[in-house]
Amino acid sequence: MTTMHRFANPARFVRVSSAVLPWVTALAVLCIGSGLYFGLFSSPVDYQQRDTVRIMYVHVPSAWMSMFVYSGMALASAISLVWKHPLADLAAKASAPLGAGFTLVALVSGALWGQPTWGTWWVWDARLTSVLILFFLYLGYIALWEAFDDPQRAAKAAAILALVGAVNIPIIKFSVDWWNTLHQPASVMTLSGPSIHISMLIPLLLMALGFTFYYVAVLILRIQREIVARKIRALRLMQTEPAATPVFGVPAQ
Amino acid sequence: MRPKRRRLALVVAAMVTLGVAAALVLSAFEDNLVFFNSPSDVVEKRLPPETRFRLGGLVEENSVTKEADGLTTRFRVTDMKHTVNVRYTGMLPDLFREGQGVVTDGRLGPDGVFVASQVLAKHDENYMPPEVADALKKSGHWLPDGQKAKP
Repeated sequence: MTTMHRFANPARFVRVSSAVLPWVTALAVLCIGSGLYFGLFSSPVDYQQRDTVRIMYVHVPSAWMSMFVYSGMALASAISLVWKHPLADLAAKASAPLGAGFTLVALVSGALWGQPTWGTWWVWDARLTSVLILFFLYLGYIALWEAFDDPQRAAKAAAILALVGAVNIPIIKFSVDWWNTLHQPASVMTLSGPSIHISMLIPLLLMALGFTFYYVAVLILRIQREIVARKIRALRLMQTEPAATPVFGVPAQ
Repeated sequence: MRPKRRRLALVVAAMVTLGVAAALVLSAFEDNLVFFNSPSDVVEKRLPPETRFRLGGLVEENSVTKEADGLTTRFRVTDMKHTVNVRYTGMLPDLFREGQGVVTDGRLGPDGVFVASQVLAKHDENYMPPEVADALKKSGHWLPDGQKAKP
């Protein structure tokens, strides 16, 4: 556990993450910029969807991120519950609005693609419904954090919710294989290799990388902000009641 | 160390229980979770006439006919084992054509014809430029929808 607690030090986290941040930001801009250029201008149209296929370059990476961010949040919540790692709570809390954003983008871009392709904005099939549930899980998680005055109790309740909701992640991923759905099965992450032409796969993967770097960059900023917010809270508590518990490098009197 | 072990065991046990519970619930609701029934399902489940359900499959080749009013379309939906006759009045989605996957919503009439009130085109997981699709068709590697060769 000593290795784990080496990274638990918020001051060290701020130092290391501040050094990494400009690089991650630059990579995000580079990947999303080139991905959008290739995706919107220099990739071919699809043989049957024509230009509508370009919605995929936003839809698929946001859908992947919606599941990736939730998995990270659930993992951080487990670490927080078991090892009481002080940064794990913050990482999970800081991830939730980002994940909710990615899920919303996936739902909206999917509806915009569904109307011209399927002939409907929305159907209640297993894939679409389970992603909508994911969106509500994010919102519930954010609301639960706000429902408690004591951040430690909030962290515990929210972590349990995140873990319960994690059951939904494999359901989303495999919904298109387990049940027949209107949504098509996976094109890229399949055992038989991607069923998507290389000229379309490259912009798609660039966008996915770019979204991941964007997530990491904003996550770093949000965690740093949260650390400062907790320090301020601890200082305020110390002013009112001198025997307050120490929070993040601010020693109790 | 001991309380950490206990908490870890608790979290793992809770997740396993939850996973098993979810799997049981989902398998119990199997019939309600499928979005559509295939023509084989229609035959096997002996769905009674006038029940509303969704029928999904491929539009059979050479089966699409337009009626005189210009709005009503008749076609057959197949899953290569069984076939169901469908009648639909209204606008068809752009992707609708013979060999294409579709999901139709409607009722099975007493004459065995499925009267659809909505037709949705199903898109498959293959994405490729038109030139590649043409090349595949030319070289004879093109398979009907749902079992196409990889580009």
